[in-house]
Amino acid sequence: MIAAVDAAVTRAFREEWGQIVAILIRLTGDWDLAEECAQDAFAQALQRWPRDGIPRRPGAWLTTTARNRVTDRLRREAVGVAKLREVAMLSFPDEPGDDEAAVSGIPDDRLQLMFTCCHPALAFELRVALTLRTLAGLTTAEIARAFLVSEDTMSKRLVRAKRKIRNAGIPFRIPPSHLLAERTASVLGVLYLLFNEGYAARAGADLVRQNLTAEAIRLARILAQLMPDEPEAGGLLALLLLHDARRAARINAAGELVPLEDQDRSRWDASQIKEGVQLLEAALRRGRPGPYQVQAAIAACHSTAPEAADTDWAQIAALYGQLSRLVPSAVVKLNRAVAVGMRDGPAAGLALVEQLEAAGELAGYHLLPATRADLLRRLGRTDEAAVAYREALELASTDPERHYLTRRLTETTGS
Amino acid sequence: MRYMLLICGEDEAHKAMDADGSFLASCHAWADEMQQRGVLITIGGLQAPSDATTVRIRGDQVLLTDGPFADTKEMIGGFGLVECADLDEALEVTSKHPAAKYGTIEIRPLLET
Repeated sequence: MIAAVDAAVTRAFREEWGQIVAILIRLTGDWDLAEECAQDAFAQALQRWPRDGIPRRPGAWLTTTARNRVTDRLRREAVGVAKLREVAMLSFPDEPGDDEAAVSGIPDDRLQLMFTCCHPALAFELRVALTLRTLAGLTTAEIARAFLVSEDTMSKRLVRAKRKIRNAGIPFRIPPSHLLAERTASVLGVLYLLFNEGYAARAGADLVRQNLTAEAIRLARILAQLMPDEPEAGGLLALLLLHDARRAARINAAGELVPLEDQDRSRWDASQIKEGVQLLEAALRRGRPGPYQVQAAIAACHSTAPEAADTDWAQIAALYGQLSRLVPSAVVKLNRAVAVGMRDGPAAGLALVEQLEAAGELAGYHLLPATRADLLRRLGRTDEAAVAYREALELASTDPERHYLTRRLTETTGS
Repeated sequence: MRYMLLICGEDEAHKAMDADGSFLASCHAWADEMQQRGVLITIGGLQAPSDATTVRIRGDQVLLTDGPFADTKEMIGGFGLVECADLDEALEVTSKHPAAKYGTIEIRPLLET
């Protein structure tokens, strides 16, 4: 029974935490009170479910318990009668008919919470921390570990974020249509960063850090469900699933990063790739491409190639061309150079890399000389390739990257 | 909520505003629009920081200094006081102010009691 209750509470926490906190914030406008009362509700569940049994609808039970807790707290703290009545009277979350719901057609408190947490008036690191705390339910200590800062620093960051929301009047709502695109981009950007932080974590890194990918996927899934008309939300979810599907093949037994072309494709998660491709196709059918859909399309090209040699480089090069028109970024141009090098041969790729170098873009970025080195090696210009690999080695900052470059350098000079 | 808009900029920004022949007229148009919307409480432009005097009282001494309180490159050239529903409205109102194209406008919420 205890094990069943633990499992039920853990599952309810994962599924309901963000929703309960969001409802309580909407009702009270008090972020700390909302978090504390949500926490209390889960603590009560751990005490009472073993005795009373697991409720048929754990989410409803937890929400009611948390709401009662809010009422108790407000009564004890002798907050105005008007506020209490407001909390008592506001519609129950399961009931439709919210003003916001009527206007936007998206009746979900979590979505309002996402937009508030990711408001552009908050520094990016505040958005990230707040999203993990209020929507994903990670503790301050866990978020601190995930971002390699002290708990004290993270605690101050969260306090500052909540204070600014209150003092500066950051609204708790789904933005009106003229702001929706820009604000959605901010939410997507936060989720994408969460995923990348987790994806970049080493094998030995803290588990909380590694699990950021799962949290990002979970939140992206919620966002895609709540914004079915926003193809970039589906595009982001597809992108994350397609990258995550390669997780098992990305690092070898020695903890080294395995480049895409050398990965054992049988270890890719086929069902996750299938889901990612389906999501991407559904998003693309809306006819409004965006950076996440294009990146997901590139990931899909790689993920659906049975062997590295089957990769559709012409398609990938075209997609990178489209991406660099949507997002003018030197990194995108570099990736395009790689794809063109695969489609038209290394000389064509090298010409694009040299253009980037001549423009002074990406100076100090190790993948610039590393890419040049790979192209030179394929052209048989091994001496120049070795020089470029050494240059890249000096700039590379992580062990897996250095391992990879050292191996390439040895292959080049040894041949 | 009430917000103070502090219109800041370096010397070049202020010179560019002065050089823009339609700048003052567009400021007036902004103020008219915001007044009609019921957003604007008050607005004002400021003389140069070199015309500032700072006052401090230490013990029983009144200390006057000729010049601004902080000697920074950025200086406050004007201000507005607005009443908005929330920060999103304040952002919208502020981004319409013609000075935003030249300098920087800092939005400071007022302490509400």
